[in-house]
Amino acid sequence: MSTLEIRGLKVSVDTENGAVEILKGVDLTIKSGETHAIMGPNGSGKSTLAYSIAGHPKYNITGGTVTLDGVDVIEMTVDERAKAGLFLAMQYPVEVPGVSVSNFLRTAVTALRGEAPKLRTWVGEVKEAMEALNMDPSFAQRNVNEGFSGGEKKRHEIMQLELLKPKIAILDETDSGLDVDALRIVSEGVNRAKAANNIGVVLITHYTRILRYIQPDFVHVFANGKIVEEGGPELADKLEANGYAEYVSA
Amino acid sequence: MTTLTTNYLTPTGREEAWRFTPLKRLGGMHDGSAIVADRHSLTLAGSKATGVSFELKSSSDAPVLSESDDAIVGRIREAARDVAVLTISANTEVAEPIILKRTPGDVQSAEFARVQIKVENHARATIIVENTGDTHLAEDVEIYVAPGANLTLVSLQEWGAKTVHAGRQHAIVDRDANFKSIVVTIGGSLVRLLPTVEFAGPGASCELFGVYFATSGQFFEHRMFVDHKVPNAKSRVNYKGALAGDQAHTVWIGDVFIRAAAEGTDTYELNRNLLLSDGARADSVPNLEIETGEIVGAGHASTTGRFDDEQLFYLMSRGINLSDARRLVVRGFFNEIISEIGEEEIQVRLMDRIDNELAKAGA
Repeated sequence: MSTLEIRGLKVSVDTENGAVEILKGVDLTIKSGETHAIMGPNGSGKSTLAYSIAGHPKYNITGGTVTLDGVDVIEMTVDERAKAGLFLAMQYPVEVPGVSVSNFLRTAVTALRGEAPKLRTWVGEVKEAMEALNMDPSFAQRNVNEGFSGGEKKRHEIMQLELLKPKIAILDETDSGLDVDALRIVSEGVNRAKAANNIGVVLITHYTRILRYIQPDFVHVFANGKIVEEGGPELADKLEANGYAEYVSA
Repeated sequence: MTTLTTNYLTPTGREEAWRFTPLKRLGGMHDGSAIVADRHSLTLAGSKATGVSFELKSSSDAPVLSESDDAIVGRIREAARDVAVLTISANTEVAEPIILKRTPGDVQSAEFARVQIKVENHARATIIVENTGDTHLAEDVEIYVAPGANLTLVSLQEWGAKTVHAGRQHAIVDRDANFKSIVVTIGGSLVRLLPTVEFAGPGASCELFGVYFATSGQFFEHRMFVDHKVPNAKSRVNYKGALAGDQAHTVWIGDVFIRAAAEGTDTYELNRNLLLSDGARADSVPNLEIETGEIVGAGHASTTGRFDDEQLFYLMSRGINLSDARRLVVRGFFNEIISEIGEEEIQVRLMDRIDNELAKAGA
């Protein structure tokens, strides 16, 4: 049982016009096995929350705390956060030319488990994860995210979720740019990984359609750098009907 | 042993071709002060395949195939009494790579070596030249790829830390022939190579690939010239370099000349440099001179940059620590070229050397 606890988190970025505050005091608690949907209009700071928790150097934490099972996350390097059990599925996964998916995954799993996986079982694990996400076996020999379609990038992210088995996973707009079939396949992957490893999931999304496939326990509405309303799945239905107008006009 | 005393064409460092090269570190190979070593260090490894000959001929029996205004090439031609000649007979397809090795010499004298590689009509071969150890070497390699022939030449500079190697690898590529060159420079104190190509017949093509990795104090210069003087020839150049450590210095010059007669030319050259630490310097100068507009395409690109923070973040967010993430990125950067060699054992060896250099540089 793990708990990611975010208290009063304030984050700014450096711009030409000085530091600009993007997160203005975020409180959020995610426990193993829970699914939290964070919904909000573009520019509300949802992705900043995701990247700040993962430790992207662009974001400066100016206040508040983030702890995983009581341990300070903010003091950790990016790789230490992953080793502690945090995972970020990115909206725009980065191309790494010349590095094959297979090499990348083996290096990552070796780093996370502290030892190289046994070759035979590992090859089986990867094959199974790829088949479950309807990916061609040749995918493993391609370079990380290089020339991938939008759908392939997202499948690759969720494949990592299944193989790397984090405690808490933040999925940043994993639904964006996916057609209905791909959305279903990716969502099933999230549900499978969650069930297998009791992962706590934070689902960041602009739209409600992914919530038809991944059932949230809690819905948080994000606007202007903070959570402005919280509720159960019924809150998503309200957003579907009314949009974000009432939150952004305020 | 003799000393070359003629003073003609001694570079001063002000010439365009020499302006980057630290002349004082050339061991006198450029100005005649080097002691001419009496050694022939190039050997053929393994058994000779059918249709392959390797012999030492006297200079008079192996006249030069090309002109050169390079000072060191001029001195080599004056000093060398013999020429190592490798010939692949017409219509021979050599399945396994032909391995040539340069055994280490010494750094008190300099070997002035002439080499000729002749691939006769419709022959096909891969030649791998392995350069290891410490030596001073001035090298004039002339390559003739006859009509319809196909040559892949891999030149591996895995030298020791004291080596000074100045060489020209000039390929004359005849009608419908293909020449592919892969130059890897990861060892030596100073390496200055001139991979040059002259198209002698229409329909010819060349691919010039290269990687170099310079650490503290190393100077690696690669200066190509592709002479499009016949119609419908195609050239591609792709060199990638990384630098780490104080006073690491690399130079890449890409000259392409499309003469008036060279209609239908298709050329593109690319040089990318990765600066892994402060204090390193990468010079990159593409040059395109065009005398006809009737061409298929002509372009070039040159970039010099540092690690991409987004790549490192992505890798680290999967638990990979900073030094391993950097190593992956550097390996990936070089992999595109190294994988062109197609010999697994050599590729692994080169990547391991690059890893070691990277670790030593602490980048």
